[in-house]
Amino acid sequence: MSHIAPSAARQALRIASRRYPSSAFSRVSARAAAANTTTGRRNYVSETKPSNATVNVESTIKADQKAFLNQTGTRPEDATMPTTGMSADAMMSPAAGILKQATIMDEGTRPIYLDAQATTPMDPRVLDTMLPFMTGLYGNPHSRTHAYGWETEKAVEQAREHIANLIGADPKEIIFTSGATESNNMSIKGVARFFKRSGKKNHIITCQTEHKCVLDSCRHLQDEGYQITYLPVQSNGLVDMAELEAAIRPETALVSIMTVNNEIGVVQPVEEIGKLCRSKKVYFHTDAAQAVGKIPIDVNKMNVDLMSISGHKLYGPKGIGACYVRRRPRVRIDPIISGGGQERGLRSGTLAPFLSVGMGEAARLAKQEMEYDSKRITALSNRLLEGLLAMEHTSLNGDRERHYPGCVNVSFAYVEGESLLMALKDIALSSGSACTSASLEPSYVLRALGNSDESAHSSIRFGIGRFTTEAEIDYVLNAVKERVTFLRELSPLWELVQEGVDLNTIEWSQH
Amino acid sequence: MSLAQASKTDMPYQVRSLYRSLLRQGNQFAAYNFREYARRRTRDGFRLHKNEKEERRIQELVQEGLKTLQMLKRQTVVSQFYQLDRLVVEGGKSGKQKGEEGGIVRQKDQGWD
Repeated sequence: MSHIAPSAARQALRIASRRYPSSAFSRVSARAAAANTTTGRRNYVSETKPSNATVNVESTIKADQKAFLNQTGTRPEDATMPTTGMSADAMMSPAAGILKQATIMDEGTRPIYLDAQATTPMDPRVLDTMLPFMTGLYGNPHSRTHAYGWETEKAVEQAREHIANLIGADPKEIIFTSGATESNNMSIKGVARFFKRSGKKNHIITCQTEHKCVLDSCRHLQDEGYQITYLPVQSNGLVDMAELEAAIRPETALVSIMTVNNEIGVVQPVEEIGKLCRSKKVYFHTDAAQAVGKIPIDVNKMNVDLMSISGHKLYGPKGIGACYVRRRPRVRIDPIISGGGQERGLRSGTLAPFLSVGMGEAARLAKQEMEYDSKRITALSNRLLEGLLAMEHTSLNGDRERHYPGCVNVSFAYVEGESLLMALKDIALSSGSACTSASLEPSYVLRALGNSDESAHSSIRFGIGRFTTEAEIDYVLNAVKERVTFLRELSPLWELVQEGVDLNTIEWSQH
Repeated sequence: MSLAQASKTDMPYQVRSLYRSLLRQGNQFAAYNFREYARRRTRDGFRLHKNEKEERRIQELVQEGLKTLQMLKRQTVVSQFYQLDRLVVEGGKSGKQKGEEGGIVRQKDQGWD
């Protein structure tokens, strides 16, 4: 096997490699070593082995702990000594105290990441393809006059092809943007403004559970004089096809329904919606930021005209996204950003080659790993869901069948979601989308499902990704069980429920 | 086939060696999730193709593995330069057995006899 890493890198590797503090025993072992050297003399008495003369720390501590437990009835590590505030463990045997300190320091403090819907960690393979473009290959991909430009342009086109392959499109139909938010804005405002110019169609249909950037773009257009229909969803989170068909009017320009919901993970019937829109000659835009690379997607099979993709939701870098804009039949949109005419004139501005390349590699990997990943994520998700639903008074939000397994949104009744999040400091979770996590308002998505305020307040979203391990899931299950029980014990409502009182029948006194 | 008579050009030997190198290199990731993923993916990838018979296909897969190994060598170095705190789920020496009976003292003590 050839050594690829040069010797300098290996040297650095050795320096940076993780070292555990091994000082806990250093004092004792130094003494033992000294004892060894002095016994080199010849004598006629049977040799004293250092192991006979020294105390075995392990068994001594065990014996001490047992004695303490017998005497006081509590475990030494649970008891605190009144004078010093140290645990009895440390007071009784300094060695044990030191050891405990050492091991606690050695233990990690960083929370487990379980918020794959907000963002995903960048795959090392993606970083590996990006690094050359952050160091040596810095050409402007739009420079046609020299080799620096040619090499980056080639890489960007390669990346475009990978993304196109993932969704079954032509590379020319992929437009790089700064993220899914920009793609959504570009699609919705672009189509609407283009039709406004021709002056006929001014109606847009979207859905109440869409991402904030879609809803806000629509709100903005409403101020400009467009008509918007916000479709309600059924209690399982899915759009009612009959309702959608009834909402489409002759002047409808665009239907925008997301593929996978970011909060509850339901998969909308995109294929049927696409077919309906095609038959009514209405453009169909779908926000597939949460879907691309996770579930199989084919824009031709689904009759999608515009699609938003995000780089950082498929283990790529942040700050890049893509928009699929169909060429045949051609979708005309009015560009938001005007300038040098890059990206077919739809999104001017110099491309970031390293981000584009990173996203391309992420798309290639997503295609390659989709089968393996989805099998694994499904298994982990089932494990988590079974464990959570085995607890009493918990329920899954969203449809169980038409559901992306990596997103598990569960309501814990009689527990305040935000306080549970506070209690679960060692797990990185969210009660909804990251954009709204700063406010304490209940999630509008869950409200749209018809959940009560209490239920919406008590839901938590668990996001499972490519790098989640079984050990993490087990840890989370354990922690959630423990702390939900703890919080419920504090709650007077829970006491009432345990007594069999129906909370809806209580008349709370007016203040 | 015993290891002694296996030559460097021998395919099964090469594959085994690649497998070991991938596992060893993947273990060098400082980040817990990447470390676990590298191990899992290597293992599952080799298991998936364990019944591969066609010489050409095996060659291709080995080439792919070698490329991955090169990538791992670079990325583990990067990962070790930017180390963060360890995750709560990562057992250190304590192996998450906080305060259980005798659970803490599981260090191998060197230099006693």
